[in-house]
Amino acid sequence: MASNKDSFGKTLFVVIGLCFVCSMFVSTAAVLLKPTQQENKLLDKQKYILEAAGLVDTKAGKLEKKTVIDTYNKYVEARLVDLKTGDFIEGNADTFDVEKAARTPATSFKPQHDIASVKRVANTGVVYLIKDDNKQLQTVIIPVKGYGLWSTMFAFLAVEADMNTIRSLVYYDFTGSGETPGLGGEVQNPQWIAKWEGKKLYNENGELAIQVTKLPTVAASVHGVDALSGATLTSNGVQHSLTFWLGEEGFARFIEKARNGGLS
Amino acid sequence: MANAKELKQVLTGPIINNNPIALQILGVCSALAVTAKMETAIVMTLALTVVTAFSNLFISLLRNHIPSSVRIIVQMTVIASLVIVVDQVLQAYAYDIAKQLSVFVGLIITNCIVMGRAEAYAMKTPPMMSFMDGIGNGLGYGAILLSVGFIRELFGNGSLFGIEILSKISDGGWYQPNGLLLLPPSAFFLIGGLIWMIRTYKPEQVEAKG
Repeated sequence: MASNKDSFGKTLFVVIGLCFVCSMFVSTAAVLLKPTQQENKLLDKQKYILEAAGLVDTKAGKLEKKTVIDTYNKYVEARLVDLKTGDFIEGNADTFDVEKAARTPATSFKPQHDIASVKRVANTGVVYLIKDDNKQLQTVIIPVKGYGLWSTMFAFLAVEADMNTIRSLVYYDFTGSGETPGLGGEVQNPQWIAKWEGKKLYNENGELAIQVTKLPTVAASVHGVDALSGATLTSNGVQHSLTFWLGEEGFARFIEKARNGGLS
Repeated sequence: MANAKELKQVLTGPIINNNPIALQILGVCSALAVTAKMETAIVMTLALTVVTAFSNLFISLLRNHIPSSVRIIVQMTVIASLVIVVDQVLQAYAYDIAKQLSVFVGLIITNCIVMGRAEAYAMKTPPMMSFMDGIGNGLGYGAILLSVGFIRELFGNGSLFGIEILSKISDGGWYQPNGLLLLPPSAFFLIGGLIWMIRTYKPEQVEAKG
């Protein structure tokens, strides 16, 4: 037996057979579970969009899947935006994969001032317009992302229809293992999120003025948000993400048009 | 077939007497990473238990056919396949937790407990006992993970399973959480403390000096 199982033919047979069986097993599982996983991913994203818009309270307990889908379909309209011109473009924004577009050289560009370490930016962005029952625009949600201390952090910035007053900044995803729990991870703390409500993005001259700051005097102002203690680099990452995505290489054109009444 | 006494030994032995983390000092890396919360610690324990049990089962079934020259590669193939499937299942049915565990489920592949049991036990033991051995070692791993997770979440965040136990000052309560406990290095101290406790209680586990 011993000499037999160590023979060249047997070794080759076992290795090839095992690889074949294992690869069948793994690919079957991956293919069968893929639809459920994508559904989860989409649902998770929609949940956070609703949370940023203040339409649901995720902390109040587990949300029913149906509630999320129904609320989303009722109030949220996803639109594609050309970052260069700031105009809406046609297409299904719900199925558009921004991350994939950002990885493809033909549909993306390399930003000049990459302060948020995003590497590449897709030419087309997705924004979410939240309308109330009377079809009046209530909130505009702009996705922002940027590098914190350990990971790229993804967030939804919800701004009121005046395109200036912040409603919420909700972090919903991190690459890798995310920011340090209890320190940088506090970007997801409801109390910190609450600090953003009512703050203004722009000053009287129309310049971007929002600031994540350690100075209490600035934090008390209408443009300042208290930085996370013990998480300077994550706080800087939040600032950089906002500065970048609201800037010229981000959604600046779109916001400018929207502020001049382009959305109504 | 093994008798009941042996079965009990295989199942419960790894919890204190032959704990994979405390005695064999295997799988410490993931024990540092996923124990900041009870919830992630439990899911990680389940994932590791399933992988160890089934990899032991399959490797034991194949043990008379695995050529010794490539046995480690064969074991790795079986383990890696199981881990990928577990990861896929978690992403499909426990998305929130899978998001928190992130890379650590994938890293079960390199967890020395799985490999160690496959090589040391499953290669020379019949399938049923190997399977039980996998479950037993998963329990031993879980015992340490849950003890560490309990202390870290309770004193680091004032909660257990996300439910508030000690109300934090930041939420208007009285408890000042210990931030160190939320960082992975704190688990080093806790695991070290646990090993010390177990070895004081069972001095035969202390390694001979020199």
